[in-house]
Amino acid sequence: MNFVDYYKVLGLDKSASPKDVKNAYRKLARKYHPDLNPNNADAKTSFQQINEANEVLSDPEKRKKYDQYGKDWQHAEEFEKQKQQQSQSSGSRQRGGFSGGQSGGDFSDFFESMFGGAGRNRQAKYRGEDYSTEIKLDLIDAYKTHKQTLTVNGKNIRITIPAGVENGQTIKISGHGGVGTNGGPNGDLYISFSVANHSHIKRLGNNLFSTVELDLYTAVLGGEITIETLDGKVKLNVKPETQNGSKVNLKGKGFPVYKSEGQFGDLQVTYTIKMPTNLTAKQKELFEELRNN
Amino acid sequence: MKTKYLIAIDEICAIHNIEISFISSLQQIGLIDITTIENSNFIAADQLLELEKYVRFYYELDINVEGIETVSYLLQNINTLQQEITTLTNRLHLYESEWNV
Repeated sequence: MNFVDYYKVLGLDKSASPKDVKNAYRKLARKYHPDLNPNNADAKTSFQQINEANEVLSDPEKRKKYDQYGKDWQHAEEFEKQKQQQSQSSGSRQRGGFSGGQSGGDFSDFFESMFGGAGRNRQAKYRGEDYSTEIKLDLIDAYKTHKQTLTVNGKNIRITIPAGVENGQTIKISGHGGVGTNGGPNGDLYISFSVANHSHIKRLGNNLFSTVELDLYTAVLGGEITIETLDGKVKLNVKPETQNGSKVNLKGKGFPVYKSEGQFGDLQVTYTIKMPTNLTAKQKELFEELRNN
Repeated sequence: MKTKYLIAIDEICAIHNIEISFISSLQQIGLIDITTIENSNFIAADQLLELEKYVRFYYELDINVEGIETVSYLLQNINTLQQEITTLTNRLHLYESEWNV
């Protein structure tokens, strides 16, 4: 547990007036407030520090205690222990709520040791903090609707991941965030997905892209080939005289459309023609014959 | 038909200790929609999170209603740009292996 210099956090010196504290807090809060910095973990941490500093320095009683014990917080701990023992013996200790959610959130160990739970605002009803987490999926996982169990803050949550979820997509699970304070509603859980591409099949939105090698003879004369899709094997008729780089679109063989059952994107197959190697003398002779015709 | 849950504005004002005039200002600039039923005003439950955000802007950060409108517009832009970055990143992945990047 490190000493936190609340004056430094707010950019103030010890002689700062309550008005200076208020102004410094407002200025920094506008800069780092999580509502103004979505998905910015650094801003969230800064805001928590600013909020904590304001919580202490804007309250004359807490500020006095902080000024008295702040730099020598070990003594404050002892002081607090004695105080706790006294209040426990008299049975008067009260657990208070705190401004949760986007407004404040967690307090440092230092704050806890100096002011404990009772140091925070009481009575107010606040929504719990929103949590966020990331789930890594490979393309095949994202292809089918499936269930997955997550552990968030020590609790197991079983969620259904609908087929078609996209890389970078975020879904909200209502009420699975932090517990609300003083009867306030729970926060929400935001899950963002990181979907890795398959080695042979790439995805863009609901469409899939793959490259299939054709041997020279099938490309020239045409024929039937079997290719792998995420939905299993598919037979394809290759037209005679197929050029290198030519594309075929397989309608409905792409990725499932998110939350639209039975709807799929397309699969675009690009042919690359593999030239024969290690030709026999006979084969070379036949190619020569073709060239001369 | 989808059920729309409504919350009485009087109740929200009492819980958050805010003035009704603030909510009216938000409605006037089009940031929230108010539904009136038998002379009572309500907002849809799915707007509550946004409203609470505006309350924090106004009462905690001292941002006036015009500022809230501007901030909301910029936040929407950030959100659109973030989505665009995600789409472009996904598109980039399509070519990365091809070019061995």
